[in-house]
Amino acid sequence: MTPTRRKRLALVSLIVLGVGSATAIAITAMNDAMRFSIGPSEVLAGEFPEGRQLRLGGLVAAGSVIRDENSLAVNFNVTDCINDIPVTYNGILPDLFREGQGVITHGQLAENGVFQAHEVLARHDEEYMPPEVDRALALAGGADMCKEHP
Amino acid sequence: MTAEFGQISLILALVLALILATVPLIGAHRGNVRLMRLAPSLAVGHFVFAAFAYAALSWAFLQHDFSVTYVALHSNLLLPWPYRLSAVWGGHEGSLLLWILMLAGWMLAVVIFSRTLPRAFVTRVLAVMGMVSIGFLLFTLLTSNPFDRLLPGPPDGQDLNPLLQDPGMIFHPPLLYMGYVGFAVAFGFAIAGLLGGKVEREWVRWSRPWTLVAWSFLTAGITLGSWWAYYELGWGGWWFWDPVENASFIPWLIGTALIHSQAVTEKRGAFPAWTILLAIAAFSMSLLGTFLVRSGVLTSVHAFANDPERGLFILAFMGVVTGGALLLYALRAPRIMAGEGFGWMSRESMLLLNNVFFTVSAAMVLLGTLYPLIVDFMGWGQVSVGPPYFGAMFVLLMTPVVLLVPLGPFTRWKTDDGRRVLRALVSSAVVAIIAGMLVAWWLDAWSLRAVSGWIGGLWLIMGSFSYWRRHRRRGVIGLPRHQIGMILAHGGIGIFVIGVAMVESTTLERDLRIAPGETVEVSGLRFALEEVVPVKGPNWIAEEARFTVYRGDRIVDRLTPQKRRYHRSGQIMTQVALRPGLTRDLYIAMGEPLGDDGAWSMRIHVKPFVRWIWGGAFLLAFAGLISASDRRYWQTRRAERSASIPTESPAESVPT
Repeated sequence: MTPTRRKRLALVSLIVLGVGSATAIAITAMNDAMRFSIGPSEVLAGEFPEGRQLRLGGLVAAGSVIRDENSLAVNFNVTDCINDIPVTYNGILPDLFREGQGVITHGQLAENGVFQAHEVLARHDEEYMPPEVDRALALAGGADMCKEHP
Repeated sequence: MTAEFGQISLILALVLALILATVPLIGAHRGNVRLMRLAPSLAVGHFVFAAFAYAALSWAFLQHDFSVTYVALHSNLLLPWPYRLSAVWGGHEGSLLLWILMLAGWMLAVVIFSRTLPRAFVTRVLAVMGMVSIGFLLFTLLTSNPFDRLLPGPPDGQDLNPLLQDPGMIFHPPLLYMGYVGFAVAFGFAIAGLLGGKVEREWVRWSRPWTLVAWSFLTAGITLGSWWAYYELGWGGWWFWDPVENASFIPWLIGTALIHSQAVTEKRGAFPAWTILLAIAAFSMSLLGTFLVRSGVLTSVHAFANDPERGLFILAFMGVVTGGALLLYALRAPRIMAGEGFGWMSRESMLLLNNVFFTVSAAMVLLGTLYPLIVDFMGWGQVSVGPPYFGAMFVLLMTPVVLLVPLGPFTRWKTDDGRRVLRALVSSAVVAIIAGMLVAWWLDAWSLRAVSGWIGGLWLIMGSFSYWRRHRRRGVIGLPRHQIGMILAHGGIGIFVIGVAMVESTTLERDLRIAPGETVEVSGLRFALEEVVPVKGPNWIAEEARFTVYRGDRIVDRLTPQKRRYHRSGQIMTQVALRPGLTRDLYIAMGEPLGDDGAWSMRIHVKPFVRWIWGGAFLLAFAGLISASDRRYWQTRRAERSASIPTESPAESVPT
């Protein structure tokens, strides 16, 4: 092996080592930062990994939004038109948060079955429906129910 | 009628692109000068028709021609005219048209500024770019025609998404697209080099200013987008690691690697194959970005209505472009000249390290962005990857970059002594550490993040400054422009790093309930809500909160955030009130009305040094343009042309 070649080999193995360890760290970091998308019916069926960050998608159930008079606390139900999950949130809701509209909440399920959201996202565009919400509705077979009772 | 003219000129542009992509290429292959001579005229004609189509659509917007579906969907009688013009790219079809216009514009620029390059080479570049244009023109005409008629036309149109009715949105998409599409030039140069069979150092030098300009536009576009999100979305964040943001960030990371590897290949001839691969990757990632944004396969807070079929078209197109380019690369790679050797401690090694870190970062962002798709495809469920992943990866990968950047320029080509380099930078390091700690302590930001941010940022600034001091010649500036550009860019990262560290560590956020007559204290400032009153705008009505901000008894400012309701769509929008400052921003956004006493939920932020984030990033963009304007890129061309045999670049005036 010529010195140049040896140098090149060392360089390549260094890069492979670096990329390899970066990938390993990436996968570990990914595991912690991963949020699992679920719908209300899946929550009730217990079909979700425990102790993980969840991403609950569905529609804001009509007539379910209750605001606290003296703080920013708000309670509402996320529905797939079959099942409802109560959600509690403390903060400012996005502009397009409305009853009967699609919503995504990030958080965890508490012991009492209430979803503790630390982030609430609504869409930016009138026509846009997050794929998760669509999927949650389709999975529970609620899509038709929602149309029947808008 | 204008819509039909627009349609026809778009078809004519396609015809010209088809000819451009074939006939001159045959000429270049056979050495037929007459066929090659067609290329510039075809490129000019292609631009004229693309511009005409674009003007036709703009005219339809200005004239309120609601019989054009696209106009009816994105504009209405109340929309002010600047937004009617920017509404042209407010939707999918129009933004594609903008893309096509930009590509045609870059081709025109190649025609104008590359007259001195060998004819066969320019011909190939234009032909390759013509092929890219064919793809986009077909895409537009077949799946997303902006000139489709809606007959009979409605009396009034829908609305442009109110989020887009903002001055920042007038400039953000064009700048971003200029960057995205600009990588098509570097791509064209790389493919032309491969097609020509001789991959020499020259084409790398020729493509350097183009890559720099494209990269500068992309930098400015991303920065403007971040700034816009900060004041328009009402969350007070400046970066969300959203798939759409990542889609623009991945090409930027690859582009950054590319401008550095081009420097090595041009000056030393080292790793030429890698440079070509990066040029292909940068443009492929731009296409991938378009696919991700337009297909709707990923959930994004930015996502606008979209259509999977269109996504499929772009994916197929990307497959053809990237696959074809890589195939050509594989066929021609053995003919690529071998690089020259270099030592462990050398400028080449430093730039190679830069490339490793930037491409790995790009791969990490790509992985995080695509991971939900992979998981879904494998049937493992539905997941999303949150900001903590990206944040952790970035701190990990960029910390070494920040530490190494000042060493790079001081290191000599070929081989150097590490101790010599470190000696040259000892004073910068000492100053950065002491000053960084002092400043952080003085600002009362005594946290690990803030302190290391200040030290890292000052290290970059001091390191760049000492490079200038040591290498400057006579005169005010005393260095050629491409080096000034480098110094400004590296200093710009320093400013950016300080901004990020301060914002992430010492931002004060209060989300609270406040009624008129109440006050709240945040970081020594008293925010008094005087009243909430209704106000009217051209196409909206709003509730306006009137805040007076006091420090002690002195009035600092009056701030008036609004909650707007747009007439046409009924969409609700938060209008943030800002008091920008060099070292601190005051930021108020209205939430929603609470209770009967006129109380509202409000978001009050005090954000230190947030302007430094965009300041540093804009400095990067500016630095890129300064570098690109360097005389050596233009002078050497003349020298090459006059000499019949290509010689080593004579203008190597800089001690390296």
